[in-house]
Amino acid sequence: MSALLENFWVLLALKVLIIAAVIPGVALVFIFAELKISAHMQSRIGPYFAGGRWGWAQPLADGIKFMQKEDLVPEDADRPVFKAAPMVVLMGTLAVFVIVPFSPKLIVRDLDIGVFYALAAGSVTTIGVLMAGWSSANKYSLMGGLRAAAQLIAYELPLVLAVVGVVIQAGTMSMNGIVVAQIEPVFHIGEVAVRLPFLLQGQVIGFAIFMIAALAELNRTPFDMPIAESELVMGYLTEYSGIRFTMFFLAEYAGMFSMSAIAATLFLGGYYLPGVPEGALDVLGPLILMAKVSLLVFIIIWLRWTFPRLREDQLQSLAWRWLIPLALANIAGTAVAKVVL
Amino acid sequence: MNDQHLLAMHHSEVQVSVELETPDVTLNLGPQHPSTHGVLRLVAKVDGEVINEVEPVIGYMHRGYEKLAEVRTYPQIVALVSRIDWVSGYASEVPLMVAVERLMDVVPPDRAQYIRLVLTEMARISSHLVFLSSYPLELGAPTPLMHALRERERVLDLIEMVTGGRFHPNFNRVGGVKPAAGAGSNQKKVVQDLPEGFVGQTLAAIQDVVGVCDDMEDLVLGNEIFLERTKGVGIIPADKALAYGVSGPNLRASGVRFDIRKTDDYLPYDRFDFDIPAGESGDCFDRYWVRLQEIREASKIIRQAVETMPSGDLLAKVPRIIKVPKGEVYVRAENPKGEMGYHVVSEGGRGPYRLKIRSASFSNLSVLPWLLKGQLVPDVIAILGSLDFVLGDVDR
Repeated sequence: MSALLENFWVLLALKVLIIAAVIPGVALVFIFAELKISAHMQSRIGPYFAGGRWGWAQPLADGIKFMQKEDLVPEDADRPVFKAAPMVVLMGTLAVFVIVPFSPKLIVRDLDIGVFYALAAGSVTTIGVLMAGWSSANKYSLMGGLRAAAQLIAYELPLVLAVVGVVIQAGTMSMNGIVVAQIEPVFHIGEVAVRLPFLLQGQVIGFAIFMIAALAELNRTPFDMPIAESELVMGYLTEYSGIRFTMFFLAEYAGMFSMSAIAATLFLGGYYLPGVPEGALDVLGPLILMAKVSLLVFIIIWLRWTFPRLREDQLQSLAWRWLIPLALANIAGTAVAKVVL
Repeated sequence: MNDQHLLAMHHSEVQVSVELETPDVTLNLGPQHPSTHGVLRLVAKVDGEVINEVEPVIGYMHRGYEKLAEVRTYPQIVALVSRIDWVSGYASEVPLMVAVERLMDVVPPDRAQYIRLVLTEMARISSHLVFLSSYPLELGAPTPLMHALRERERVLDLIEMVTGGRFHPNFNRVGGVKPAAGAGSNQKKVVQDLPEGFVGQTLAAIQDVVGVCDDMEDLVLGNEIFLERTKGVGIIPADKALAYGVSGPNLRASGVRFDIRKTDDYLPYDRFDFDIPAGESGDCFDRYWVRLQEIREASKIIRQAVETMPSGDLLAKVPRIIKVPKGEVYVRAENPKGEMGYHVVSEGGRGPYRLKIRSASFSNLSVLPWLLKGQLVPDVIAILGSLDFVLGDVDR
């Protein structure tokens, strides 16, 4: 198995397959999970008929339905921008997966500045959202786009600052390096080496800030003001239909996947699970990572169906008055601990 | 000397504040908008997200009920008025019947009055449950909707059990109540009483309704974000509320303890023990809280009423063809949405000469231009929702 993975071309094919097919596929699974979980939280049944058992084919059926729809472009819309926007959003989301390590080998490119790249690529989606809002020639869409931009400025900072603590602790920005740093034993009890993910090594505040900021970045409740169905009538999505709407939709769930994957890698030990022999990680690694991602995705879904939406100014004050100072304190604390210990 | 040079000189001499010119944008909220409860239209002048001026445009749902009533007989009008406020259809029928009965000098039997009262309070519960469920939805929380609507279904089932209809019972007759069930020739002969098992099922449903109130208190009122969004938002002071003719729970949320159930005698409310919950500040939170407490009070009334329900006739002695003597009367009632009044002018025929309908939502909405000035767009939605209006009740 591992000899096969040494082959460059086999590895490349696997990587491309993951980005191009597996990730939209997983996004479909998350869509289905959201349908079912929300249904059970609301004492409903959810999808039931499509595909036979449990309505498992519902997201597929939805996708096929969307593809058959007419691709409407509003008359006053800025056509090229309007058409490019969903692609920018989807590309920005998929580009993040370049640096997500699914196993020691299964990573498209282990960049030295991996974390930095992930955050930079992830924020490209906001440009797409802004493009969509602006080009739709719709006041609600424009407001949604502007809200998304304001949100990005407010939440990119805590997101980056929350990660800095981990980077200090690991001493590297390479995603694989961060996982390896979490495999290093922290201390020994007799013969047993205790290996802890960074979450249990004192990055609790960092993790909390990261997840909150990630929610805002993903435009998920309670930070879904750019979409805000009851206020802005879906905001920047208002004028989109058919396949272009599907792209936004897929990007949302793929974004949930990528953000959760980054959080799992940085704070929860990524593809590593204490007790699993390191030789088996090539095979088991992706499964371990997916389990952690699923847990985080479940939390994100859970929050969405529990909380109302904040107001834009409340979101700003939460970011600037609480999250950023907290994140700075977290960095200072981590740095001191790193030097002292 | 070119212009730029002049400008530079000018700048050096006096302090000029150069502000970016930001003209107001006209934003049409509605008539098709998910949060305007139908076809309300707000023409808002917005600066960014701040509302500078707002003008409600109503009339998209005007159905001309006052005019329609003039060419119909009194029993026919009953079917019309339950469609004014369709969320609590039954409650609108009662004051009209009371008005006609007063003109005819007829007093309905006790049992009929009790049944009217129980059904009115059930309509109140179902209307308030719709509000309790849809308001969090407007703030972005979809889950309370399902929880509250599930219990509302229990109440609607009870209304259906008695009247045969969930929303538009058409159950009142001049001089009492008579079920619509048993159509055809039966309808003339059979006066069907309350169905079997009604009392037991009512008590069980009431318990569930109070249970969901507790759930809502935990799930919604205990939610930090909900408090952030509603506390101190959309405050209507008591004097403003009175000046604009705001009534019902919206008025009581502002601290005015005024309830027509206590002051008027259109139904025998004086025989039951219940409180009038009132808020303090008149913000969105108080309006939510007051309605939640009113469900508990309504449950109390229903429990007392079904337990002490007198036996007897359902219909007073009235002629087969209702003819109302000349005269006019105004009867008002405490409907779920506020004060509902009917001014009936009779010229002595089978139908009214003129019927003026005073509906609560219409007056409650009149406060909007004053209230929404200077608010943010998200708060506009929060405030609109908290006023709990129904467009049919606004336009009639």
